[in-house]
Amino acid sequence: MLAVDLPYWAQSLLRVLGGTVAVLLPAGTIVYLFLFKMMSFMQSRLGPMEAGPYGSMQLFAEVGKWLQKEDLAPDGADKRIYRMAPLVVLVSTFLLVAVVPFGPDAYFTNFDAGVFYMLAVSSISTLGILMAGWSSANKYSLLGGLRAAGQLIAYELPMVLAVLGVVIQAGTMNLQQIVVKQNSDSIFGWDGLGNPYILTQFIGFAIFMIAVQAELTQTPFDMPIAESELVSGYMTEYSGFRFLMFFIAEFATAGVFSLIASVLFLGGWGVPFSWFGWDATTGSVDNWMNVAGPIIMITKMMALSGIIMWVRFSYPRFREDQLQRFAWKVLIPVSLLNIMLTAILKVAF
Amino acid sequence: MVLASDIQVAQNVGFAIIALMMIIAGVGVIAARNVVHAALSLVVVMAGAAANYVLLSAEFVAVTQVLVYIGAVMVLFLFGVMLTRAQVGKDAELNNKNAVVAAPVALLLFGVLAYVLLKGFSDDKIAATTGNGAKPQDTAVISDLIFKPYLLPFWALSFVLLAAVIGAIVLARKD
Repeated sequence: MLAVDLPYWAQSLLRVLGGTVAVLLPAGTIVYLFLFKMMSFMQSRLGPMEAGPYGSMQLFAEVGKWLQKEDLAPDGADKRIYRMAPLVVLVSTFLLVAVVPFGPDAYFTNFDAGVFYMLAVSSISTLGILMAGWSSANKYSLLGGLRAAGQLIAYELPMVLAVLGVVIQAGTMNLQQIVVKQNSDSIFGWDGLGNPYILTQFIGFAIFMIAVQAELTQTPFDMPIAESELVSGYMTEYSGFRFLMFFIAEFATAGVFSLIASVLFLGGWGVPFSWFGWDATTGSVDNWMNVAGPIIMITKMMALSGIIMWVRFSYPRFREDQLQRFAWKVLIPVSLLNIMLTAILKVAF
Repeated sequence: MVLASDIQVAQNVGFAIIALMMIIAGVGVIAARNVVHAALSLVVVMAGAAANYVLLSAEFVAVTQVLVYIGAVMVLFLFGVMLTRAQVGKDAELNNKNAVVAAPVALLLFGVLAYVLLKGFSDDKIAATTGNGAKPQDTAVISDLIFKPYLLPFWALSFVLLAAVIGAIVLARKD
């Protein structure tokens, strides 16, 4: 238990601040480290070098540039919905981070149906994208919005089914309990590593990461914003800070999904409880884990989002029909098989 | 009987705000001059229903509402509307003469639902815990209920859904 006893308003304030940091910090880090620097190195160039040492202040320059641009809306656009759309997409990201546990007491909410909530809330961004695509009064935008919706619906399913394997194995939908379970379990009696579910649910992990890549519309799955066909898809007409919101949402969601993947498959904030003799049932985890937990989470997040970006910079994009066929004819059957196997093994052991 | 000490002020204020939002959005659904506006108003109504479930501490049902209605049904709805008649601006022919028939049906439905709810629950309170200490809204408790006493209705529903899926495939296939 935590030593300090904060009043409700102070806790709420801390959670709001923490949520903002947990959304913006990963977004900024991913954009600078991976989008600016890693991509540049992979393409044999230096990337931004002028603003700050090694261009580390480039992000602030970019944000300043976007903020001072005019907030344009096309003449024929449905102005109200056009202005609302990026907000809906960003809200989905903020709602998503609310269930991620960062430590034994460092969570925003200890939600009983956390996994289910995460899957539900992530689908709200689809609405924002459809709104943006339709209200722009632009054929490219509309096509991009429709492609995005089709893709997000198709890849939502394998994602849900991949997570089900973890839920079956953990026997709970509470993300906090999934973390505790992974770190206090043992592999055939050996508890030196806990039992991170990536070992048993590696099929689920692979499917989850592929589905995340598609949900984020990152490159092999970037048909909705394919620049050679659709200019920029549903974002075509946006400029200034509304484009910035889409941009932040895209990379913040990459960060949050990496956090969720690390919670579900890599043991989350925890270290194997046997190392320090902690007991999972009484919850006697040392207080310093509330500081170490977020650092562990951020490390895992960087590794996973690094993989997402690595794939993004490496592969050419799928065609629309290949993309749909891959989801419906490969990912969904394989994930159903994975669920069946997990259920059988769960009953057998 | 309801005592003054039983009234939860914060919950009631929350309910009033959510209910007002739902009513305004509900009027928006039927009064909107554009199909997409009507659909988006319907999203607000659905979200309000989910918020009300949270107030009733039925978190699982609230999340299901968001996942099924906002995340799937409304997205498919908007998808279909935008694919076929996506015009920005006013759509003149949205309302037709059947509105006269719809009004009494809506009123009747309201009456039946209000009667059933009042008759069924009247002054009931949500139990804080069940016998073994778990909250009644816990996911595990809900799944125990579905897969033990309500297994047969659950199967029947699954069967209906399966029939609907097969029907959709039969209708969609051209060959």
